[in-house]
Amino acid sequence: MAGGAQQVSAGRVRLHPAVAISGGAALALVLALTIGAVAVLAVSAEAGAGLSAPDWRALRFTTLQAFLSALISVALAIPLARALARRRFRGRGAVVSLLGAPFLLPVIVAILGVVAIWGRSGMVSQALLAVGFGRLDIYGLPGVLIAHVFFNLPLATRMLLQGWAEIPAERWRLAAQLGVEGPALFRLLEWPALRAAAPGAFALIFLICATSFAVALALGGGPRATTLELAIYHAMRFDFDLGRAALLAGLQFALCLGLALFAARLSAPAAFGPGHGGAPLRWDGRGAAARWGDGAVIALGLVFLASPILAAAAQGAPGLLSMGAGVWAAAGRSLIVAPVAAALALALALALGALIAGIEARRPGAGRLAEALGLLTLAVSPFVAGVALFIALRPFVSPVAIALPLVALINAMIALPFALRLLLPPLRETARDYGPLAASLGMSGFALLRLVYLPRMRAPLGFAAGLAAALSMGDLGVIALFSAPGAPTLPLYMYGLMAAHRLEAAGGAALLLTALSFGIFYICDRWGRHAPA
Amino acid sequence: MRTSLTTAVFALILAGGANATEKLTVYTYDSFVTEWGPGPKIEANFEAVCDCDLEFVAAGDGAALLGRIKLEGAATEADIVLGLDANLAADAAATGLFTPHGLTPETDVPGGWADPVFLPYDWGWFAFVYDKTRLATPPGSLAALLDAPDDVTIVIQDPRSSTPGLGLLLWVKQIYGDEAGAVWERLAPRIVTVTKGWSEAYGMFLEGEAAMALSYTTSPAYHAIAESDDTKAAAIFSEGHYMQVEIAGKLAATDQPALADRFLEFMLTDGFQAAIPETNWMYPAKTPSAGLPEGFTTLPRPQKTLIYPVSEAKSARDAALAEWLEALSK
Repeated sequence: MAGGAQQVSAGRVRLHPAVAISGGAALALVLALTIGAVAVLAVSAEAGAGLSAPDWRALRFTTLQAFLSALISVALAIPLARALARRRFRGRGAVVSLLGAPFLLPVIVAILGVVAIWGRSGMVSQALLAVGFGRLDIYGLPGVLIAHVFFNLPLATRMLLQGWAEIPAERWRLAAQLGVEGPALFRLLEWPALRAAAPGAFALIFLICATSFAVALALGGGPRATTLELAIYHAMRFDFDLGRAALLAGLQFALCLGLALFAARLSAPAAFGPGHGGAPLRWDGRGAAARWGDGAVIALGLVFLASPILAAAAQGAPGLLSMGAGVWAAAGRSLIVAPVAAALALALALALGALIAGIEARRPGAGRLAEALGLLTLAVSPFVAGVALFIALRPFVSPVAIALPLVALINAMIALPFALRLLLPPLRETARDYGPLAASLGMSGFALLRLVYLPRMRAPLGFAAGLAAALSMGDLGVIALFSAPGAPTLPLYMYGLMAAHRLEAAGGAALLLTALSFGIFYICDRWGRHAPA
Repeated sequence: MRTSLTTAVFALILAGGANATEKLTVYTYDSFVTEWGPGPKIEANFEAVCDCDLEFVAAGDGAALLGRIKLEGAATEADIVLGLDANLAADAAATGLFTPHGLTPETDVPGGWADPVFLPYDWGWFAFVYDKTRLATPPGSLAALLDAPDDVTIVIQDPRSSTPGLGLLLWVKQIYGDEAGAVWERLAPRIVTVTKGWSEAYGMFLEGEAAMALSYTTSPAYHAIAESDDTKAAAIFSEGHYMQVEIAGKLAATDQPALADRFLEFMLTDGFQAAIPETNWMYPAKTPSAGLPEGFTTLPRPQKTLIYPVSEAKSARDAALAEWLEALSK
């Protein structure tokens, strides 16, 4: 993974063979697990029914709620990220790290946490009743949006914060010297950073929400809130109609790929040029109005994000005493899988990112397509991927015997879009800003990585690694088909407790799972943010 | 996972030996084999009498089980599949992968049991569970629920992803027949929400989001036994309650037919049945000689049991699902 592309005297750009081979392999793996999975299902199907009216309704609802969820998450993330980028206060580091937490909650915990605050008997309803108003009734589109924004606003904020971090310190100083203030400053410095980061965040969140199922259903109030993912689940589960599942999964792909391409078109690299690194000193926003405004935005954001988490923690705490002996072994299994999945996800993302950055220098369109394909693994239904892998592997090896490695691989694939989204912009910038210099110095291979890329990519690397490891900790999706008897991972163990009606103990296991996921995320994220950025 | 590899290696080594213990592979659903499920106790009890190695393989939830068997076909390693719902018996039998059990056991399943291919191991009635401290007068029938005050709200599960959800669908269909669609339209305003599975719905009910949650008549026994909490109760409906029966069957392709038969016989004895009530929170298909645990004996029982015959379940299911979607999507 040398600097994506190398400048050659004739002005033509060619790919370094190592980049082409590793990136090509990563892309092949992505295609195999996405388009390939649907193809395997379609081939194994006996007869597929066509799409029915409810399927089209599901497609409409999926598109609508995912679009609105992504739009609101990114729109609210802009003031929050701007306030956090502009202010330095005690505990800011903790706040920025805590933004990783909502995203890592097990789905059922997140649902019950949101309900504890916003539900008909939730805190907000109780407060409204106390002052003489009626209860809230969020079930329907509002409930789906509240839950999805709770999940994804922090993620969007972190991604935009990274966009702000790409603005070199020198630019802020120059702006202050020239007396650029207010709207002009936003237009010249912050808008280009947003243009680079926001479309990618929007695409990612759209994909997450488009494949949501349990959250959308529980807070959507009923079958009106059916997503394509639920239709796929139903086709696989009750009717075992592989053809219909493949058709629906293909539809979900088309929707997600179309959106990813659209977002890639919208985004424009910021092109600030190289800086010397170092933390920016912000000279803007020193007025009282700006200070109070930023403070209010941060406080509101924190209350909105922390309240469901605290409610969930309070519910889970009593169960910590009754989780049973097996919980630690299950936690151990999850802790082994998570770093492996994270390392795999980073390796895939770096290989793919270098390939994309390399291709883009020659053909912008092809680079965009490769980038969109890299996001696609988020759009693959875990049921489809699981069953397809099962069908494909069974003639050669017992899938149950290699359950944990398979789980690590699929988890890495699920985390890949996040890692790619986070690593691609700094990879591009570094290649563009320092590639020619490094090439003229004859730097390549490990030295280039250590001296040029790592210092500039440490923060996104840490964030991406933490996110990938934590996502893998909490994943349940694929293990269902491959679980080995008596060797559950922690999420599976938690669901086992629920199935045995032990909801209190399950709450305790969920709390432990969240704490471990967040712990692993925090360690990686802190490592990254100890970089000068 | 390591243990399964080790057993595989050992099985290979032992396969050459003369005194190899025979292995019986039983596919079941995830929660059966967890440390909280019935699996571990039953495994120990059967291995104590069979001189064999019983291996449970978890293959997802109840409906995923059938998918897994269809995927593997005759090449499956399973000798027994345990954990299908009686509603799926016809679909499962239609695959041709199962073979008749040839037994005529006595069971305590309401209405008896006479299916030639599958045997029941536990059963329960679906019911709405409420909190006595929050709902003083629960509705005494489904008809009364339709006309109950507005604050008698319910939370249910989606029939497309959950067994209780499907149970309620068939329950309404069996009582109201062609009127079922209209009944769902009348129920719609009091349905707070529909969830993917039992845990979300029950969790929401415990948080106070709805007055009642769709569950089983045995759910209060769990609160009484495991949490010493007797505030939960099931509303008993005069029209009768739909029943869930969980069944097991022997695969035609088994390489251990005699051992599989022994297991099916054992399934209806105390060594299996006594483990069921306090792990699966269902009624055992054959009451153990020591009787039911105390929390179960005091439970109210419906006067009447409803269930579609195995042969009619699928067509009733498809028709009812279409009506349900239509009524609740408005």
